[in-house]
This record gives sequence, structure tokens and C-alpha cells, in this order.
Amino acid sequence: MSTASAAPVRSRRIRGAGLGVAAWLIGLLFFLPIAWMALTSFHSEADAATNPPSWAAALTLDGYREFFGVGGGASPWPALINSTVASLASTLCVLLLALPAAYALSIRPVKKWTDVLFFFLSTKMLPVVAGLLPIYLFAKNTDFLDNIWLLVILYTSMNLPIAVWMMQSFLAEVPVAIIEAAHLDGARLPTILARVVAPIAAPGIAATALICFIFSWNELLFARVLTGVVAETAPVFLTGFITSQGLFLAKVCAASLVISLPVLAAGFAAQDKLVQGLSLGAVK
Amino acid sequence: MTATTTAPMATAPVQSAGKPASRLRAWATRAPLLPALIFMIVVTQLPFVATLVISFFDWNSLYPDARSFAGLANYQQVLTDPDLRRSVWTTVLLTVTVVLASLVLGLGLALLLDRRFRGRGIVRTLLIAPFLVVPVAAALLWKHVLFNPEYGLFNGLLHYVGGPQPDWISDTPLLAVEASLIWQWTPFMMLILLAGLQSRDHQQIEAARVDGASDWQIFRHLTLPHLRRYLELGALLGSIYIVQNFDAVFTITSGGLGTANLPYTVYQTFYQAHENGLASAAGVLVVIGSIIIATFALRVVSSLFREEASRA
Repeated sequence: MSTASAAPVRSRRIRGAGLGVAAWLIGLLFFLPIAWMALTSFHSEADAATNPPSWAAALTLDGYREFFGVGGGASPWPALINSTVASLASTLCVLLLALPAAYALSIRPVKKWTDVLFFFLSTKMLPVVAGLLPIYLFAKNTDFLDNIWLLVILYTSMNLPIAVWMMQSFLAEVPVAIIEAAHLDGARLPTILARVVAPIAAPGIAATALICFIFSWNELLFARVLTGVVAETAPVFLTGFITSQGLFLAKVCAASLVISLPVLAAGFAAQDKLVQGLSLGAVK
Repeated sequence: MTATTTAPMATAPVQSAGKPASRLRAWATRAPLLPALIFMIVVTQLPFVATLVISFFDWNSLYPDARSFAGLANYQQVLTDPDLRRSVWTTVLLTVTVVLASLVLGLGLALLLDRRFRGRGIVRTLLIAPFLVVPVAAALLWKHVLFNPEYGLFNGLLHYVGGPQPDWISDTPLLAVEASLIWQWTPFMMLILLAGLQSRDHQQIEAARVDGASDWQIFRHLTLPHLRRYLELGALLGSIYIVQNFDAVFTITSGGLGTANLPYTVYQTFYQAHENGLASAAGVLVVIGSIIIATFALRVVSSLFREEASRA
């Protein structure tokens, strides 16, 4: 390397390091509210509500004990179980409906398959409030109100378009030549699906499932309107903290963190495919 | 909806519907699709049709016997009611502010993360985290833990520098809601734009650099045009989600202080005021607004989709 180009290279390297530091600082800044939430959840209520903030106060599990209803108060377990049932069951339904549909849109496509694909996408753009009232009236007249299975059906419809789009793009990655070769070797359709398609598409299917789980777990509007005491989900349980109840910051933080943990776990697990899911398969 | 592409992969001609055998085969091809398709039509399209019908009735569920056909009266009332008109404006303002701010921030972060530096993976993970907090929990976090005027973190930090101690939510309610949403949606934009940056043609950029183009010139003339489609996609998908936002408005201000957007107003109109007809008319208007955004969104998605298909 000649001495003439050494100076610009060095200045570029210094600037690069500076931008790295900037990225770190902004990353930490964005994470600060979550870190503060985690720290506060381990503080006593008195230490949580100080100004200036008590960074180094003694740690305690009182917030979590309060949240789980150890000292009286509503237990969050029914809501957590409801959310788990609604999210897992709806994700399973989504996969059962989306896998065959994606197959018919990619590996053996029907006529006008892109139109069908875009029909699924267009339903995602219909706002939830547009159909909420008829669904509420229907549920009220058929005794489906406050029933977790109604949420399962609705969450399935909410996530099915995303899943069809994602799955279509994953299945389209399976080379047609392999399928044809397997077919020529005498393999029948179920065998081809299980032995050839599934192994290639499995990571994509897993990511799809995780993203559907996240959206179901997060949902509030349907759950708020259609459930009550029995089928209340975790986000609805959280709305109980909207009005202040004296010193309750540690409890709120513990509740928010516990209820967000499944989403954080699922999100980090699906990190690489997250963009593809959120952009409905448009970005890879 | 409108999709202009034709099937490039469909090899089996299903046109000749005359022969029973080929018709059978056509149905065998369609069969796996039908459950999902029928399910979507029943669960999403039928309720909307019902909403459309109800929107033409004067119907308060507290007085079920007084239900009567009202023509366009509900729409007239929705469009002239000052509260509802205000909520239309609030929805526009909220959506535009959040989408633009998170798009700009997301672009900056994506550019920072596109470079190699120590711990890039960790920073990426830290930045994604806000998007992975349950929306209600995130709203509660901002409302009680950050914004609280007496012992919230913001005023706590301001205390160190001797700054003022504002009551964030009462003083700037809409901005408070927007701030929490921008915090949650910036990671989303960053992820989409980062994917866009990483799909650039690096040889072309190297060539431009060899030819003496400055970083700004490369950004302005190569990166930005390439990112245009990703920016559009982020803006439109973000708009679709944020137009529908309910959680943050419901949690942080409960629709008070002029922050009620359309979804919240529709919810309140039928859930608390029991005005079914009025709520449905407002719902139909939300749909019309969404269709306008969606038409653009579908066009962008379909052009990206075609690009991917032609590349494959």
C-alpha cells in the first residue's frame, strides 16, 4: 500500500469505528426502556417510584409475587392459559389450512394463482373494526361470547393470509426438478411431500408458525370485545393496569415482562425470517 | 383484487373443461386450496357485508325494537359529527407521523447496521426487541414507567440535568401515543430497509467508488433509487397496521384528550354507546380509507413479487 492512500484509509477507518459506536449507542437507547422495565420489575414498589430513579436499589421478587396473585388479587394464570390455547390452536389451524393452499399456489399451481394469492392479501387490509360488530352480534346470539374457540377462529382468519404468502414463497423455493425426479422414481404424492418438500420447507414453516403465534398472542381488540371473565386473554388482563392503582410500577413491569416473554422468545427464534413474514413474503 | 401477472409456472392446461377427466384433474388441483379460501370468505367477507347492511339502519342495541331503515343518514351523521370528523383527522395525523418518523429513523439505523462493526448481531437484536414487546405491555410501559410525571424515567433523567418536569401525557397526548408507536415500529422499518440494503448490487457500488463517487453520491444516486420500493413497502405496510391501531390509543389515553382515532371511535360507538348503525357507517368509511391505501400497497407488493419471480 502506498503512503499516499494510507491517510484516507485511516480516516475512513476512524469514521467507521465512530459509526459503529453510534450504532451501539442508539441500540442501547432503544433497549433502555426494556432494560429499565426489567430492572424495575425486580425493585420494591417504594424503590420503583422514586425521582431521581434508584438504579442500585435492592432486588426483590415482590413484583412477580404480586403479579402472580400470591398476596391476593386476580391470578393471571387463567388469562395466560387462554392466550396459550388461543395462540397455539389458531397457529395449528393456520398451518393445516395454509399448507395445502400454498401447495396449490406454488408446486402445482392452479390457474390464476397470483389472483388467489392477492385475494388472501387483500383480506389482510380489511380493518378489524369493519367486521367486529357483526361478529359480536353473531357471538351474542349464538352464545359464543366469552368463548376462547371464537378467538381461535378469528385469529386463524387474521393470520391465514400471512401464512399463505410466506408458505407460498417457501414452497416455491423447492426445485421442481427434484419433485419430478422423485415422481419418476415412483414416489407417490404423500411420500414426495413428507420426504422431499417438508425437509426443504421445514425452517420456513417453523418461522411462519412463530410469526402467527406472535400476532395471536398480541391481539387485543377482538379479545377485548368478545371475551369477559372466562376467556380473557393475557393482553386483556394487562388492560387491568391502565388506571393507576397507587404504587404498582414493579407489578406492572413484572406483568408486562412475563406476558411479553413468549413473544420475545418466538421473535428472536424467528429473527432471520421475521422480515419475510412481516412483509408478507415480499422481502426475502 | 387486481393482479396483472399471469401464471408463469402453471404448465398443466386446465382450459379444456369439456372432458370429464381433465375437469376432474382441474378440481383435484384446486381442492387443496378450497378449505382456506372458503374459510377466509366466510370469516372475513361475510361480516363486512353485514356491516355494510347494518350501516343503512338506525339501530341502537339498547332499543332493539326501534330499528328502522335509515338510508344514508348514518353516513351523513358520521361525516358531520365533529367528534367523528376529529377522529378521522387524528387517524391521518397519527398514521402519517408514526410512519414517516419510524421510516426515517429506520433508514438511519439500517444504514448504520449495514456496515461491519464489532457486535453488529447484538445491536441488531437490541434494536428488534421493542417490536417484540406485546403492544399493550409496551403502551403500559410508556404510560406508567416512562411518562409518569412524578417518578417516570423521563422526568427522572431530566431531574439529573435540572430540566423541567412535564406531564407528558396531559401536555402532549397525541405526541405521547406517537412516541410509543414510533419506538415500536422503527425496528420494523429498519428490518425491511436492511433487507433492501443487503440486496443491493455491490459490484456496481464498488465500480462507482473506483470511479471516484463520494459516499453521498452513491447514497443519492444508487442506494436511494434501489431502496425506493422498500421504502414504499415499509410505508404502506406500516400504514395498514397503524391506521388500525387500537392498543396504544386505548391504553395510553383511553381515547381521551383528542387522541381517539377511528378504530377507537368505532369501538366506543358500538361497545359503549350501542349505536350499531352509526358504528357500522364509520367502519365502512375506515374500509374505504384502507382500500385507497391498500390499492397502492398491493401494487408495490405485486411489483416486488414479480421481480422476485423473474429473478428466480
